[in-house]
Amino acid sequence: MSFLAKPKVAHPGLPRNELGLTVRDYEGGMSTLCAGCGHDSITAALIQAAFELSIPPHRMAKVSGIGCSSKTPAYFASASHGFNSVHGRMPSVATGANAANGELVYIGLSGDGDTLSIGLGQFCHAIRRNLNMLYLLENNGVYGLTKGQFSASADIGSKARKGDVNQQPPIDPCLLALSIGCTFVARSFSGDKAHLVPLLKAGIRHRGFALVDVISPCVTFNDHEGSTKSYQFTRQHAQAVTYADYVPPATEIRSDQAAGTVQAVTLHDGSRVLLHKVGADYDATDRTGAFDYVSRHQARGEIVTGLLFIDEAKPDMHQVQSLPDQPLNSVPYDKLNPGQKALDAIQARFR
Amino acid sequence: MQPTDISDPQYFHKVVDCQWGCPAHTDVPGYIRLIAQGRFTDAYMLNRQTNVFPGILGRVCDRPCEPACRRGRVEDKPVAICRLKRVAADNRDDVTALLPKPVRQKNGKRVALVGAGPASLAVANDLLPLGYEVVIFEALEVPGGLMRSNIPSFRLPAEVLDEEIGMIVGMGADLRLGTPVKSMKALLAENFDAVFVGSGAPRGKNLKLPGRDAASEHIHIGIAWLESVAFGHVERIGEKVLIIGVGNTAMDCCRTSLRLGAKSVKVMARKPRQFFKASPWELEDAEEETVEIVVNHAPKSFVIENGKLAGMVFEKMAYEFDARGRITAEKVVGEELFPCDDVVLAIGQENAFPWIERDLGIEFDKWDVPVVDPSTYQGTRPGVFFGGDAAFGPKNIIWAVEHGHQAAISIHRHCQSQDLRERPPYGMNLATSKMGMHEWAYSNAYDPVERRIMPHVSLKERFSKLNLEVELGYTPEQFTKEVERCLNCDIQTVFTAKLCIECDACVDVCPTRCLTITGNGEEAELRRRLSAPAVNTGQDLYVSAELPQTRRVMVKDEDLCIRCGLCAERCPTGAWDMQKFTLKVPYAADDTAGTLAPVRTGT
Repeated sequence: MSFLAKPKVAHPGLPRNELGLTVRDYEGGMSTLCAGCGHDSITAALIQAAFELSIPPHRMAKVSGIGCSSKTPAYFASASHGFNSVHGRMPSVATGANAANGELVYIGLSGDGDTLSIGLGQFCHAIRRNLNMLYLLENNGVYGLTKGQFSASADIGSKARKGDVNQQPPIDPCLLALSIGCTFVARSFSGDKAHLVPLLKAGIRHRGFALVDVISPCVTFNDHEGSTKSYQFTRQHAQAVTYADYVPPATEIRSDQAAGTVQAVTLHDGSRVLLHKVGADYDATDRTGAFDYVSRHQARGEIVTGLLFIDEAKPDMHQVQSLPDQPLNSVPYDKLNPGQKALDAIQARFR
Repeated sequence: MQPTDISDPQYFHKVVDCQWGCPAHTDVPGYIRLIAQGRFTDAYMLNRQTNVFPGILGRVCDRPCEPACRRGRVEDKPVAICRLKRVAADNRDDVTALLPKPVRQKNGKRVALVGAGPASLAVANDLLPLGYEVVIFEALEVPGGLMRSNIPSFRLPAEVLDEEIGMIVGMGADLRLGTPVKSMKALLAENFDAVFVGSGAPRGKNLKLPGRDAASEHIHIGIAWLESVAFGHVERIGEKVLIIGVGNTAMDCCRTSLRLGAKSVKVMARKPRQFFKASPWELEDAEEETVEIVVNHAPKSFVIENGKLAGMVFEKMAYEFDARGRITAEKVVGEELFPCDDVVLAIGQENAFPWIERDLGIEFDKWDVPVVDPSTYQGTRPGVFFGGDAAFGPKNIIWAVEHGHQAAISIHRHCQSQDLRERPPYGMNLATSKMGMHEWAYSNAYDPVERRIMPHVSLKERFSKLNLEVELGYTPEQFTKEVERCLNCDIQTVFTAKLCIECDACVDVCPTRCLTITGNGEEAELRRRLSAPAVNTGQDLYVSAELPQTRRVMVKDEDLCIRCGLCAERCPTGAWDMQKFTLKVPYAADDTAGTLAPVRTGT
């Protein structure tokens, strides 16, 4: 943490996006997380992604639960909407907000405790609903705010700072998401922005629930030898199965991007995700294949990263529930609240 | 790229733009911090160590430091470095006790200095404490050279000159006023161990146009005229005055004219404004005093009526430019008569050595300028040295001072029969400025305050007396703000590659996007793929050794770092540190410890 606010002065040559904004316009307050926290890197990647997508900051809604990770909304896009909710209950708040206004870009920020322990039920049901949001899981394997106990994502055999060894099997958020119908499953690493930023952009543009599980080392409690979520361990054991490349709508695909090892997936808004495959036979649209691949590599102690699975065809919550496209705040009041007579008529149907 | 060698003092020296831009390498951030702490005397002495004349230079320096200032690239206006120097001089206590005392035990060597201008005085300043017997020959009745005779007293009061020159003479120099050296041969016959020529460039250029000789009574050579004004020989000038030339001397001439009774003063320029030699602030000061600057007019002839100067005819010029703004073609598009009573020619000056016989082994080149070694300042005759404008033509005071320092080193080595070409090395000190958690020994918060405007005497009042100083100096309210504008570029970001865990915290937090962790490459290619493209190739890239985890490198573009220290505050392993860099400038000395009492700069 720093006592000093980040000076407003900027590099005069900073590029501007379609809205005329610079990346600095997507910044937020000064981080109060530990110096070197992976979460700060993820925030920086989010800032970069939102800048590159030219999202108007006031059209974003940041939602979070409780934990180190859930402090993140304070650190980017000061001009956005934000809701710091109850522990593990962020998906419910996001669901409500999304139902009321489907036009905003929803960015959920959560951690391994908030998602995989107290909020596991909420997490699963938001996936089942195919809620249209980017769900960022800042995954460090420990409860940082309570001094570093193992979380539900800690691997068997991983050592705590004082030497305790974790004995309980981890919940892998990606495998869990694959098994319950998630339409966008990705994993990345906070220390590799070139890999992470395109995934965030694709996740934001995906219509449906986009889970991006980001290994985010806890420098204070989980960055030592014996940890399986440290910078060093992650760098040594991460295996990218795909490198994503986000291509905005109506952009030509360069010839080098169209090679045989590239899988192109067109998103709902016409943009495309190009997946540069490391293993040529990997198919990111094959759910069972993805599950199989990730679990096999996990058994070997490898962390598979990349866009693991994408299904662009499945309807999101708005479509399934036939919710109005128009945000409720722009629906005329008499339509939004048709009055006692209309209520009586509805109730009469159940008599 | 190879990892940057930060053990070379010149690497970090170059990063301190002001200090690098200053010919004498003044520790600008150091003295600005001392002013911020209210330690004016220490700030003055730190200045004096390098530039010898802080009070004088705080008023009339050519300020090469200010265009170089990093703040000028981060925002648009640099720190008012020069005027802060004056703050130190204005607010200091008596420094007599801090100056070297006359040396009782002389070293037996005698040195003659020709001219009592800044170059000679700087030589005396460095050699007197070493026990040299220093004789300064000055043609005029007062010391100071062009600082005295050519800079009007409304810009540089005589008391300031007297005091700072007195500090040097008071160390025991034998100053012989009104004693022009008429013959080098005779001077050499006096068996000095070394002779230093710091006689300046005293001859103003003439403009030979039709009518010049007929009207010579009202056509003045700028520097000679300024000298006459300075010594009270000229007290009036006509109502309508034309100044030919657009250098700083021209600005002094036009402003002096206004104080001698001129009502309308026009500065006539051959070329457009971007080609003017005068410093922008001197142009502004002249224009504030209602001087009109007329561009694109080339002098053609003097007009004489009834045997008296009546005006000047100018050719109106038109220019064509190329893409880089250089003139590619010029043509005359008309003529215009400007009536006037007097004309002052300020079109340059040159060296003049009628007193150096040409058979002494002192060679002169085809322009009649002495041949001088640019590193040792020795002419072609061993033991005869040149400095200031006398060496390489007109420059400015701060260059003259640096020439003096270098010549003093040469003279000292010459007198000890050492090789002149072997120069004493620069040294440096690097020490952490970390005082605690998020506490640094300097002010790391970026203060967005704008450059303070120098208060001037009102236009009404200032022409009442010739020697009324126009600039009033910063008020305490002003300088306490101005000092905060300094970015403290001497606080260096020092990186230890083996500690880095590549968490990106520094890269993410840097407000001016100076930092990048990336694969190594050739400089030109690397510059294009940094966090922000490093387009200012005048500024170096600081490249680390390979990082432990991924074998990438940390690259810092030195261009726009504002020393907020956030990289070091956000670094979990202390790989970044903010370290105070102190350049150790070599001077003539018997050992490497330096001759002057060490100045307290500790913070």
